Amino acid sequence: MKLFLTTTGPDLHSELDPRFGRCAYLLLIDSETLEFQSFPNPSSSVSGGAGIKTAQFVADLKPDTVISGDFGPNAASALRSANIPMYLYGDCKTVEDVVRRLNSNSLKRF
Amino acid sequence: MMHQTPLKIAVASGKGGTGKTTVATSLALSLAKNLTETVMFLDCDVEAPNAHLFLKPEFSDQKQVEVLIPRVNETLCTHCGKCTEVCQFQAIAVLGQRTLVFPQLCHGCGSCTMICPTNAIQENPKSIGILQKGKAEQIEFARGVMDIGEPMAVPIIRQLKKWVKSTPSQITIVDSPPGTACPVVESMRGSDFILLVTEPTPFGLHDLRLAHQVAKELNIPTGLIINRDNGEFKELDNYCKAENLPVFLRIPFQRTIAEGIANGHTLVDILPETILSFQEICQTIRNIVK
Repeated sequence: MKLFLTTTGPDLHSELDPRFGRCAYLLLIDSETLEFQSFPNPSSSVSGGAGIKTAQFVADLKPDTVISGDFGPNAASALRSANIPMYLYGDCKTVEDVVRRLNSNSLKRF
Repeated sequence: MMHQTPLKIAVASGKGGTGKTTVATSLALSLAKNLTETVMFLDCDVEAPNAHLFLKPEFSDQKQVEVLIPRVNETLCTHCGKCTEVCQFQAIAVLGQRTLVFPQLCHGCGSCTMICPTNAIQENPKSIGILQKGKAEQIEFARGVMDIGEPMAVPIIRQLKKWVKSTPSQITIVDSPPGTACPVVESMRGSDFILLVTEPTPFGLHDLRLAHQVAKELNIPTGLIINRDNGEFKELDNYCKAENLPVFLRIPFQRTIAEGIANGHTLVDILPETILSFQEICQTIRNIVK
């Protein structure tokens, strides 16, 4: 499945970014093949409404799920409207961890 | 009696708690003693207005502050996303087959309504605060009060400034909010002079620099009042010298002043000799802005 994950850098070795709306990068990853596309977050430095803008960006690319450290109330209600399930990566340290935990169904649903 | 040109002075600080309201209220009281001029006091710190505690106005007029919030008719909406592109505040978002409005982020500018190709957007007024005006003895007093839970001060400040235009006065004293963000810029905008208030501490100086920078950006002349001065913080004097920032007054660091203000008294009550200082400051400002 196609998942969006928030990271601090542009590739699979990057650290995870706990913020959704103001994350540095968004990785769109295929959870089976680990093929990915990376996007610098267009709203990492807007003055307000970052969560909504990021949610809109994510929703336009129609992923199956989105994973981050947490989701603010506006981002959450936007993603809910777009019917995109949200998961928290919890104590995962790497992108690989996150994908493995998602595949084994052991990530916490937001 | 000679009438002078109207003068608008904004009192600002950057750091909170430096004495903006102490200075603004005492400046207004000092100028109101000079009966040739009418004085208007605007409390623009709408998130936490407190000047009324010192000037004790009686309010005689009140007005609701509303912004126009878009409401989307989903049967007409084609989810084209034009509204989202035009919105500068991320207050409207198209997510799949739904268009969501986030009222707390909306500034009520009306761009989304105007651009919508199918006229799917209607505007509904939403209250975000109130304006009040009245008299505090000779002083015309007005303030804005933001509703609890609302995040946007700027529309309230803007409407407050507009609302009092019908009450002409020679001198307007604006008590700005702390910080250097949009509400401060809106409070300062249109002033002839910005009177900065700071305290002689590293924190006070840090935020003074920021506030001073905003004033320079707005191209409005500035002067400084140092509150709680103990003459020990040289960095502040060095800054003023380097920046050519004139120091109009040094309010001493005294327990009696702190106690008086804590009991609701004004600086001019506690130290009546400052009345003359404030009147002179106003004259100096007139000479600068001439």
